[in-house]
Amino acid sequence: MSRRTMIEAIRDAMAVAMERDDNVVVFGEDVGYFGGVFRCTQGLQQRFGANRCFDAPISELGIVGAAVGMAAYGLRPCVEVQFADYVYPAYDQIVSEAARLRYRSNGDFTAPLVIRMPAGGGIFGGQTHSQSPEALFTHVAGLKTVVPSNPHDAKGLLIAAIEDDDPVIFLEPKRIYNGPFDGHHDRPVTPWSRHPLGEVPDGHYTVPLGRAALRREGAAVTVLAYGTMVHVAEAAAADCGVDAEILDLRTLVPLDLDAIEASVRKTGRCIVLHEATLTSGFGAELAALVQGACFYHLEAPVLRVTGWDTPYPHAQEWDYFPGPVRVARALLQIVEA
Amino acid sequence: MADVRPLTLRVPEPAVRPGGTPVFADIATSEAGAVRRPPIDVAADDIRDLAYAIIRVLDDEGRAVGPWAGTRDDAEALEGLRHMMTLRAFDARMLMAQRQGKTSFYMQHLGEEAVSCAVQRALEPGDMHFPTYRQAGLLVAAGYPLTTMMNQIFSNAEDPLHGRQLPIMYSSKAFGFFSISGNLATQYIQAVGWAMASAIKGDTRIAAAWIGDGATAEPDFHAALVFASTYRAPVMLNVVNNQWAISTFSGLARGSSATFAARGHGFGIPALRVDGNDYLAVHAVARWAAERARANLGPTLIEYVTYRAGAHSTSDDPSAYRPKAEFDAWPLGDPVERLKRHLIARRAWSEERHRQGEAEILDTILAAQREAEAHGTLHSGPRPSARDMFEGVYATMPPHLRRQRQEAGY
Repeated sequence: MSRRTMIEAIRDAMAVAMERDDNVVVFGEDVGYFGGVFRCTQGLQQRFGANRCFDAPISELGIVGAAVGMAAYGLRPCVEVQFADYVYPAYDQIVSEAARLRYRSNGDFTAPLVIRMPAGGGIFGGQTHSQSPEALFTHVAGLKTVVPSNPHDAKGLLIAAIEDDDPVIFLEPKRIYNGPFDGHHDRPVTPWSRHPLGEVPDGHYTVPLGRAALRREGAAVTVLAYGTMVHVAEAAAADCGVDAEILDLRTLVPLDLDAIEASVRKTGRCIVLHEATLTSGFGAELAALVQGACFYHLEAPVLRVTGWDTPYPHAQEWDYFPGPVRVARALLQIVEA
Repeated sequence: MADVRPLTLRVPEPAVRPGGTPVFADIATSEAGAVRRPPIDVAADDIRDLAYAIIRVLDDEGRAVGPWAGTRDDAEALEGLRHMMTLRAFDARMLMAQRQGKTSFYMQHLGEEAVSCAVQRALEPGDMHFPTYRQAGLLVAAGYPLTTMMNQIFSNAEDPLHGRQLPIMYSSKAFGFFSISGNLATQYIQAVGWAMASAIKGDTRIAAAWIGDGATAEPDFHAALVFASTYRAPVMLNVVNNQWAISTFSGLARGSSATFAARGHGFGIPALRVDGNDYLAVHAVARWAAERARANLGPTLIEYVTYRAGAHSTSDDPSAYRPKAEFDAWPLGDPVERLKRHLIARRAWSEERHRQGEAEILDTILAAQREAEAHGTLHSGPRPSARDMFEGVYATMPPHLRRQRQEAGY
């Protein structure tokens, strides 16, 4: 056990996976010599050689397309897209190729690759350093989508993703790379070293894909969240005193519907949180699933607290980011409904 | 500012449209044997001229001449002729099968048979092709069962892809034929990635990327050239310039302003341009590039100059956009006729044996078709199970798909 930031945990996950399996290769823009713009791959090239960890030209489609070919050969590429906001040039390779390769070739060729990308806002990143594009991936059959919320899960989930035989989209909320951020942007941020989930086991372990984690047990309302919003939910519940049960989904596809169902049947109320825009966001899928599975247990309509249906603004960061005030308001609203 | 006139947009047009007389003035064909054969470790800069010439081996009398001749003996050339004849006959039968409603869709190779059939024989088992939908010659020349190809085309009970894929989108790892995607150009960069993987593992296998003239306009083409050059990937980058991308002529992708081969030089990749209807030239050039890649000397870009003699697909009518007799005017002729003439000139073949060969090949194809049809066609007979629709999306079926399969009644 040692205390690690998300960045250190993610780096450690890749090192562990590379150590265990010669077929794991890591590449992307600035990922090699320099160790990544967020330091997530620092030291990997030095330790494993430029054959296993290397810099790539600035071409997201090239990075993902090459990774698909490598995976078809038999490697397990773990590639980085510098910001989730820049994944779109690779969208064709992800949707049309990686996601469907197993299906269309009847298992003759497969794409066991991981695409890591820093995502989410709260950093004054403006329009192209803040997006949360998870819904563009959860909608695609053949992909798995993972969003960790803490160092412990980040390492275990990333190792599980690299070892998984299907393509995995691994979204890393960059706002919580160095410490849990609860949306109280006017307060100092505590580092991961003071958070229990900053305790990260050494060596190999996995956090299974497809399993949610209970972050706070409660009776009044179920909150479904992932990434940074898990911490916002915890702060909001503490701020308003509502006895919320907070589920950290961790994996969006495959989704832990059993855990969601069990919680909502118990509380009778459900709020869905995400930073991404509202319309056709992943929250819509969650709300639909909850009403379908728990209709007779629901005592109030499912609420969604999300980013607005606008591009992510710069100056209006805290008016856009669904912070603890908005979440607390929703919590109070739903328990009174 | 008085002399500034309004700007105008240029939209390139082919030289001739339906009703016109075909011309191919811009196809500057080199004499057979006239283009030099550089050593495989040549620097890209030293063969810039080869990106503007056309390497040809077979002359008008059917003789194999020049420095690129001699990579195939008569027996091997005869085998190549048989592969091309088989592909052509297969195409004709499947075109008919589509018209008969036995399948929904088909795409022919008419006029381009030499390209895929000859390149296949220049690579080794274990190498991997990343083909488009117009390289079935790779399978035919590798000895892939014709019945299995038809099973895929008919989406029947024995379809190796279980009815999930559009006809002709074959896949066979065992035969070095990567799964075909409907999305153009995507496989070009994947081939480079596969080749990089082979290099990372210290393997000796190489990859072959395939793309048409029209699809070179896709960004994946550019990405592939950057990556292939940056990492000196052991890959053969094939561009099949058949002059047409459905209804658009190759000039729309700028194939006339500079050759497609010349694109390689912007990336420091040696490039060759070859007569795509000359089986022997195609083989020689492909072997050169394969040797280069296997010797760890890096990628080669090859432009195969050919002509799409048939319709783009069974859903296309070329008479709506190009002259009917254009193929007759095509200066590089018919690949089957040219290799046949060569073999006859060498007394290794005859008109009579050719007719016999055609009849034998047709028999083989009809037998394969009977066998395939016994397993069903698209609208009749045995078919893949609907249960199969849910399989293979993931390595193991996640809960939501299990629920949906159950809901669908399986």
